[in-house]
Amino acid sequence: MTDVTNHSQKPTLQTGEAQMGDYFALMKPRVMQLVVFTGLVGLLVAPVGVNPFVGFVAILCIAVGAGASGALNMWWDADIDAVMKRTINRPIPSGAVQPGEALAIGATLSVFSVVLLFLATNALAAGLLAFTIFFYAVIYSMWLKRSTPQNIVIGGAAGAFPPMIGWAVATGGVSIESILMFALIFMWTPPHFWALALFVKSDYGDAGVPMLTETHGRKATRNHILAYCVPLVLVALGLGFTSIGGPIYLIVAVLLNVWFLKGCYDIWRRTDADSDADDHAVEKHTFKVSLYYLFGHFVALLVEALMRANGWAVL
Amino acid sequence: MALKVEHEIHQRRKGRNSGVGLLLVGMVGIVFGLTVVKVLGLTDVRQMERFDHVARPQLEPGALEAAEQRAADLAAQTEESN
Repeated sequence: MTDVTNHSQKPTLQTGEAQMGDYFALMKPRVMQLVVFTGLVGLLVAPVGVNPFVGFVAILCIAVGAGASGALNMWWDADIDAVMKRTINRPIPSGAVQPGEALAIGATLSVFSVVLLFLATNALAAGLLAFTIFFYAVIYSMWLKRSTPQNIVIGGAAGAFPPMIGWAVATGGVSIESILMFALIFMWTPPHFWALALFVKSDYGDAGVPMLTETHGRKATRNHILAYCVPLVLVALGLGFTSIGGPIYLIVAVLLNVWFLKGCYDIWRRTDADSDADDHAVEKHTFKVSLYYLFGHFVALLVEALMRANGWAVL
Repeated sequence: MALKVEHEIHQRRKGRNSGVGLLLVGMVGIVFGLTVVKVLGLTDVRQMERFDHVARPQLEPGALEAAEQRAADLAAQTEESN
């Protein structure tokens, strides 16, 4: 999960009391949007119906759990957030929220979301949510983020769990469909983030965070983008042949994958000189395509589910 | 001394307190709603009852079936005697 909110570069130190908005900002609302959307699709495309109120509570728990892990991440990363321009106005470095408050909110909401999801749905969904929070806050934030340039690959797994949790809420299990939805987001995250890293001037280096563009160079990053895009295409198309896929999904997936693969290939072909010459136009375009890519796949899955539910067969 | 002393901190924390109040009301609503959904979703009357420190023969396995059988036998006997 990556929050690419572009905060103002001038630090604004706040000295007053934290307001609800400051606490809400701790929960990384932009990341929560992706989590809620993919979790909801995972829930709705499952072959088992869920009571609408239970479904609402489940999605709320997934969102709160994601927000809790965001708060724990901000608590742990307060030192590097204070160094980087993009994050210097986050609630803790700006002084709006105390680190201890962020820890307390993150820990409390983690327990709350997992327990409520267990009571509302089932142990597997709650267990997956607990693992997601643990993975993002401990495995990614505390351990791997500062120790390996593959951090974004591993961190992407935390953002990939929500559709799997949504599926588990409905079915009580894990299946090839939910694993492929997980894999779709997991494989999409690295090329999406690295495309961004190629055109945004980052100060991760100043903060001591090893990003691929800085540890292995921009050429290696271009190679990695293409290397992750190829298996991503296979996963995306493979999903179309499961029970939640169908002709509409496959048509959308083929179009989006050709579009995104072409963008990744164009990035791979370029040199840094080409990129600087046109102000990273291809990288920016491919980053934008990556947003449509993920959204388009999940909307297509939703359309297929809607058609199945209403008995509308295309073929 | 007035019963309600307006302090500066009340004004300063008004937004936070209102937010916490709304969250608590929302929490009550969620727990109530879940309770209603879960209870209405029960299909077996025995799932609505649990041990509550008094003898509850109807909670014994097969008790309902036995009671229904006894009622049927009784109805049959009454019919025969008439």
